[in-house]
Amino acid sequence: MSVRLAMVIDTTLCVGCSDCVVACKTENDVPEGYCRDWIAEAVRGEFPTVGLEIRSERCNHCDEPPCVSCCPTGASHIAYGGVVLVEHDKCIGCKACIASCPYDARFSHPKGYADKCTFCLHRVEKGLQPACVSVCPTHCMTFGDANDPESAVSKLLRSRASHTLLPEAGTGPNVHYLTRG
Amino acid sequence: MLELSSNRHNPGIDPGLHAWGWEIPVYLFLGGMVAGLLVLGGLHILKGKNDPHREAYPWAPMLGVVLLSAGMGALFLDLGHKAYVWRLYLTFQPTSPMSWGAWILVFVYPALLLAALLHPPERVPFGDVVLARAKVWSRWLRLRPKLVQAIGAANLLGGVSLGIYTGILLGSLGARPLWNSAILGPLFLFSGLSTAAASLHLLSMWSARPEKGVFGDVMLGGFFRLLDPKAGGEVMLRADTSFLTIELGIMALWLLGLATATSVHRDAAALLLSGDYAPAFWSLVVVTGILTPLFIQVAELRGKIRHTAAPAVLVIIGGFALRWILVSAGQTSHW
Repeated sequence: MSVRLAMVIDTTLCVGCSDCVVACKTENDVPEGYCRDWIAEAVRGEFPTVGLEIRSERCNHCDEPPCVSCCPTGASHIAYGGVVLVEHDKCIGCKACIASCPYDARFSHPKGYADKCTFCLHRVEKGLQPACVSVCPTHCMTFGDANDPESAVSKLLRSRASHTLLPEAGTGPNVHYLTRG
Repeated sequence: MLELSSNRHNPGIDPGLHAWGWEIPVYLFLGGMVAGLLVLGGLHILKGKNDPHREAYPWAPMLGVVLLSAGMGALFLDLGHKAYVWRLYLTFQPTSPMSWGAWILVFVYPALLLAALLHPPERVPFGDVVLARAKVWSRWLRLRPKLVQAIGAANLLGGVSLGIYTGILLGSLGARPLWNSAILGPLFLFSGLSTAAASLHLLSMWSARPEKGVFGDVMLGGFFRLLDPKAGGEVMLRADTSFLTIELGIMALWLLGLATATSVHRDAAALLLSGDYAPAFWSLVVVTGILTPLFIQVAELRGKIRHTAAPAVLVIIGGFALRWILVSAGQTSHW
């Protein structure tokens, strides 16, 4: 079975410290004023039963990525492990991929090409963890092969309640959020 | 209750998507109008008749070339990575409407130029030598009826493809519920046809009685003929009335589809029907761009009021407003 890289984030451990954001910006030389990952806070419920979910969000490296299918040059493509990448020298900066992403995970890099999270594939290929995962002080992030039943991500997804963002958009996200349930 | 907050502030993305500025609606409008010109020109060539408004047609394909070039210029300005634009033509991505569009534009240019060659105008500014050669080629082409028919068919096919593609380009982006409908293809095609018929209507009024003077006199004379109630004719008026009626029907179906779909689609429809974009949509697109010209044109055709350029101008304003509002509102609609 092929490798299916996925990220599992425990929202009960995430404190929204933004270390992952800073690590990503440093590792990937993300330009000032932009970010490839970010912290979102979702407050749900009615007083007094109110819940707060803190999430570290990024490109979901979808199984059916609309950004890839709409790309007119093939710059947006699916690489090793299902990771969705942008080949900068093929990108014309048409921004169709940006408009096609229901998560608004992409942005137009000041140099003109579309940019986004790469799951730090350059590190993963060397056997390292993505930068965001490696610095998380609460160890709320786990990264690995979701197709390997013995991987940490598979075990977490089997043992804990989880959700993905906008499953109704039908893109098949590969960033999962563990919840208390 | 669900309240979301985020520390993401990416330019062009937050707080609401604004990836596409003025360039895309301008391109979609000009591309749609050129599509209409191609279809009408193609039909004219295929019919092979000398209709009373033939005077407008020599200019129509050339107008198409100019408008398409301007539209592609706007599209180029929108690109973030301009130096890599040639990458579009090293591949064909069947799932990408933009890739289809890039290749359709390559097909459409020669079709327009060949159509222009079939009826070269009597005079052009600063181009007597080119015009003389064009007339030689024109005679050569017109002696070959099958080739003329092929040019007509190519214009018709290119026009339909270009018109539909401009709508599908937006319709295929499922992340934006307002756009996410295949019916945008026919809507943009018929809107393009109506703006093209309006522009031909203006052209036919402009060139109804060609002047014999220098080009400047012709332009000036054309301007005053636009105000002449007897200039121009009914063919484009009738065509435009039909296109506007069909466009109105398609628009109603599109909004009905959105308003009866999921909550995100209903929210998207509400942007136009009762939300932030409603005043502009109702006043500029529906009333100014469709209903008013429809009423005026029907009254003109029944001989109840004078024949003027007003409905054609309103249709063109409405066609542009449709693209502008749709591109802006579509980007604010989200899941």
